[in-house]
Amino acid sequence: MNVVVCVKQIPDPAAPPSLDPETHTLDRSGKLILDDSDAYGVEMALQLVDAAGGGDVTLVSMAPNSETGGLRTALAMGAAKAILISDPSLKGTDALGTAKVLAAAIRRTPFDLVLTATESTDGYTGTTPVQLAELLGVPSITFAKSVAVDGSTVRVERQTEEGFDEVSCPLPAVVTVTAGVVEPRYPSFKGIMAAKSKPVDEVTVADLGLDGQVGFTGARQEILDVTVTESRSQGEIVADEGDGAARIVAFLESQKAL
Amino acid sequence: MSVNTIWVVVEPSSGGITTPSLELLTAARGLAGAVEAISWGPDTASNAQVLGDYGASTVHDLGELGGALPGVPVAAGIAGLVASAGAPDAILIPASYDGRDVAGRLSARLDRSVLTNVTGLQDQGSLVSEHPVFGGSLTIKSRFTAEGPGIFVIRAKSFAAEPAGGAAAAVAPLAIPDTGATGTATITASHAEERTGPSLDEASIVVSGGRGLGEASAYSMIEELASLLHGAAGASRAIVDAGWVPYSHQVGQTGKTVKPAVYLAFGISGATQHLVGMKGSRTIVAVNKDRDAPIFSIADLGIVGDVHKVLPALIDALKNR
Repeated sequence: MNVVVCVKQIPDPAAPPSLDPETHTLDRSGKLILDDSDAYGVEMALQLVDAAGGGDVTLVSMAPNSETGGLRTALAMGAAKAILISDPSLKGTDALGTAKVLAAAIRRTPFDLVLTATESTDGYTGTTPVQLAELLGVPSITFAKSVAVDGSTVRVERQTEEGFDEVSCPLPAVVTVTAGVVEPRYPSFKGIMAAKSKPVDEVTVADLGLDGQVGFTGARQEILDVTVTESRSQGEIVADEGDGAARIVAFLESQKAL
Repeated sequence: MSVNTIWVVVEPSSGGITTPSLELLTAARGLAGAVEAISWGPDTASNAQVLGDYGASTVHDLGELGGALPGVPVAAGIAGLVASAGAPDAILIPASYDGRDVAGRLSARLDRSVLTNVTGLQDQGSLVSEHPVFGGSLTIKSRFTAEGPGIFVIRAKSFAAEPAGGAAAAVAPLAIPDTGATGTATITASHAEERTGPSLDEASIVVSGGRGLGEASAYSMIEELASLLHGAAGASRAIVDAGWVPYSHQVGQTGKTVKPAVYLAFGISGATQHLVGMKGSRTIVAVNKDRDAPIFSIADLGIVGDVHKVLPALIDALKNR
């Protein structure tokens, strides 16, 4: 079974984020790392291919520069190869444009299943995977908390407001996995060394035939302005001198919450 | 140019309509002269009065979906309606599990962009949407620049749900076009988690725990305190990811948005991911050992201390009242 995992390389979430002052889009000019949310999809894919007894895990990623740092992390976990769509014209691409790019790239490789995170940590639009499924003409199951493949059927436990549903569909399909669906492995030293020589196929927007459909022109939406949100005023901050609980009780009483 | 017609995707829930759907109908009513709903499930006809009360003149009824996951058939039905009736100015969709599926499918089908995580809408000739970023410290205003319909995915509790007392919505059956392979995802069984007390969405008091609890077993104190306060128990993403509590407890960007009268955060540092889901609470109490934790910057009462001392003492004090 061949599994494609869409992964995103994002600015380190631990560093303070900033907006490009001209375009108001997220500043991605610094070092990019593998989005933590994507490690779950990579691990899930490795386990499913193992269980199927054969096949490859292929990574697909999009970046405005030739960034591969995050891809190498996922390759070190065990993915076989990667397709990187890298092009300066990708800057400013919206969710649908991203889905078009990913769909065109995925069509270049055989796949039974496409795994993604439910949303990226930096942009969190959360619609790209389903847009991608529609463009590929395949079913999708989002918010998976468990995934199993049984012959040509994928079975998923999907989160709901009340609990979870059992949902299934035939392959090929797109499935989005939640954090915690599996425990991602740490790349081994051997894996890190092997990742350096694994193939990363770099393609451009023109290679995919998508000129004019991506970037700021393709996005068909604009940011009008950015304002600092009026912040809540800070209240009383006190060190606990053994009276912390009593202070909270008094506060709850003042709010008529008791 | 102005906003004339808005369609709202209305999600059925057992025996009614989800509250976020009613919030969107209320918002649409204030922005457009004509508001129409699109819904599905066995109860659309019996929901027609409520839909009318909240401002919908018509509800386009897709009927029962035969166990299909709603995203594909609902989007296909809406796309069919756009083709036959013409596009509205905007389509509002709740940011729920199924709502996001509908938005993604519809966006690709219609080849229209989508704006998500919307928390406000204004009519400035065309619709302008507000989006909190960086944990809500900045607000971005956006709009579509090309032909409509504009697809907006809107976070729960962005608007108040208020009935206006209109006549029942006219029920118009809406056919689902053939969706081929895309529509083959089927729900074979549903499981509800046992829950006592109010839901996280509706509780007037929410008690949440985070990494500072130290270990999974300590979460039982959060549940006990929530129960004593007749509130609901929530969690940060960190401890959901760690497997301590189910995802349904998660408050934040990827979890639930809550706006209780009192939000109590124990051992939560206040990552932007968490703050965006709870900063609309009327009052906030935080207990954390780190005086520099971001959660304190929005707390009405902050206790710099050890949750393992404060929590048991608080539980004892409430038990003894």
